[in-house]
Amino acid sequence: MSDLDDILTAHEGREGALLPILHDVQAAFGHVSDGAIRTIALHLNLSRAEVSGVVSFYHDFRRTPDQRPAIKLCRAESCQARGSEALAIEVERLAGSRVRVETVYCLGLCSVGPNAMIGGEVHGRLDRERVAALIEAL
Amino acid sequence: MQVRISDDAVAVACGADAVAARFAALGHEVVRTSTWGMHWLEPLVDIDGRGYGPVSPADVDAILDGRGERLAIGIVAKHPFITAQTRLTFARAGKTRPLSLEDYAATNGWAGLERARELGPVATIAEVTGSGLRGRGGAGFPAGIKWTTVAQAPGRRKYIVCNADEGDSGTFADRMVMEGDPFMLIEGMAIAGLAVGADKGFIYIRSEYPHAIAKVEAAARLCAHLVAPFEVEVRVGAGAYICGEETSLLNSLEGKRGEVRAKPPLPAHEGLFGCPTVVNNVLTLAAVPFVLAEGAQAYANYGMGRSRGTMPIQLAGNVKHGGLFETAFGITLGELVEKIGGGTHSGRPIRAVQVGGPLGAYFPSALFDTPFDYEAFAAVDGLIGHGGITVFDDRVDMAKQARFAFEFCAAESCGKCTPCRIGSVRGRETLDKLIAGENTLSNIALVADLCETMKFGSLCALGGFTPYPVMSAITHFPEDFAPRTAEAAE
Repeated sequence: MSDLDDILTAHEGREGALLPILHDVQAAFGHVSDGAIRTIALHLNLSRAEVSGVVSFYHDFRRTPDQRPAIKLCRAESCQARGSEALAIEVERLAGSRVRVETVYCLGLCSVGPNAMIGGEVHGRLDRERVAALIEAL
Repeated sequence: MQVRISDDAVAVACGADAVAARFAALGHEVVRTSTWGMHWLEPLVDIDGRGYGPVSPADVDAILDGRGERLAIGIVAKHPFITAQTRLTFARAGKTRPLSLEDYAATNGWAGLERARELGPVATIAEVTGSGLRGRGGAGFPAGIKWTTVAQAPGRRKYIVCNADEGDSGTFADRMVMEGDPFMLIEGMAIAGLAVGADKGFIYIRSEYPHAIAKVEAAARLCAHLVAPFEVEVRVGAGAYICGEETSLLNSLEGKRGEVRAKPPLPAHEGLFGCPTVVNNVLTLAAVPFVLAEGAQAYANYGMGRSRGTMPIQLAGNVKHGGLFETAFGITLGELVEKIGGGTHSGRPIRAVQVGGPLGAYFPSALFDTPFDYEAFAAVDGLIGHGGITVFDDRVDMAKQARFAFEFCAAESCGKCTPCRIGSVRGRETLDKLIAGENTLSNIALVADLCETMKFGSLCALGGFTPYPVMSAITHFPEDFAPRTAEAAE
């Protein structure tokens, strides 16, 4: 796990390093494996249970890989007020099993919804047509 | 020709990058700026101060050929949405390049820090106290008192923590500051550090704001030499709404589960890594440079009652003119959503307005004369929170909104206290029964009782304030909770 060692080295001496480490692991491997948890725990002198507890608390970290492309659709109040719920049904249908659909609560684009994020890219003023094109391209 | 287009996430989400690319391809100089905060006009194109919006790539040629009148909005700075505001914190919005030290210095940037350095810690805190600045995250606690507590706390190591976990739906002011005027935030933190004796600051930014993270990290690198010995480090959240609660945020920074801590001890005494810590919202810290540069009275002159200064109000949801409206406390809710917001985006009547995010009350039009003021909103069982206003039209189903309040609480609960962890689930289940028309009166009484338990028994505002959206929905929109069958009600 040389990439993991690089990540741990890069955060050496950082106060409260666990979340920055987990973010880098999630980004590099797409998930935080049991093996990674074991190595991180040993390195930070924490129990595996503690590290596991942190991984399971936060929505951003996955325990298992999922290589599918993903779309994060906002379903918080402001986007609800602009039609995100009806769009969500459409998104699930279009995504099928090929694309992972995740619910996110707020992208901070609350006056131009419905909104979605794909990778780090934001998309606003979504309607059925626009979202279909986005999913098609994934 | 120079063309100014914003690179704020709202502009980008609406296609600004493609518009910028088209102008560049035609040989024009494109300057990316912060957004003016008039979201319905984004992508907004500013040529010599005259604006066009919303612009799509197909409109570019027409604008350049002088055929852009359909999209013309005149001189942007003179737009009624802008001239009606009092922009103290958002003074630079739309005008400067976010990462240009040159633009920042030319617009009175660093004047606050300079004055703080001249005044020293005690006089700096006196300015903040005198301004009446209250925490803009939602709690509204006087910033000067918090800073005084940290300054006087024993301990060699102290921290400034900026809460940039802006998770409330209907809010984006923090994101706009971070993307549009990041040096101002860092300057505010440096002033705070000087005032209380902290030379390290953390900015905890939610992971759902990738553009803000990139901008603030870049800004921190660019101005490091100007704020030294104060040092700023960006930390990224991991998708947990509860980490917007200050003690949960501190635990997250420490690498733990985002569990809420009991208070006392206050973070001001025992905060990050057990050290005295100032935890302040982005807007609170962003207001500080103005207070130091112009003096406490300049800020305190605005407002009403005990709500001094300006509030950056965010108009969101099903609203026609959404965006950032900074104004003195005192303006009414009705004026905000009807006059300035222009009513709904859909054109249908406004039915409900949620103020203060997911934990805020739903207001009916009967309460539109409520002035924006901490105490006035509390008096009608509402709250200002972080200043977000979400507009709903007459298609809203308030029983579904009440159910969502419980569902959201259940999804985001840290799990530590029983009223929130269990109450949210039971509340959602009971709303399901209400929506199905079962035992309406007794289930409403049960929900009210549950809400009382959550309000007074929860460890923090997540469980504690979920009753606000739920009970306001039931109180102001009872017709949505009546049995949905053909049978007569009890």
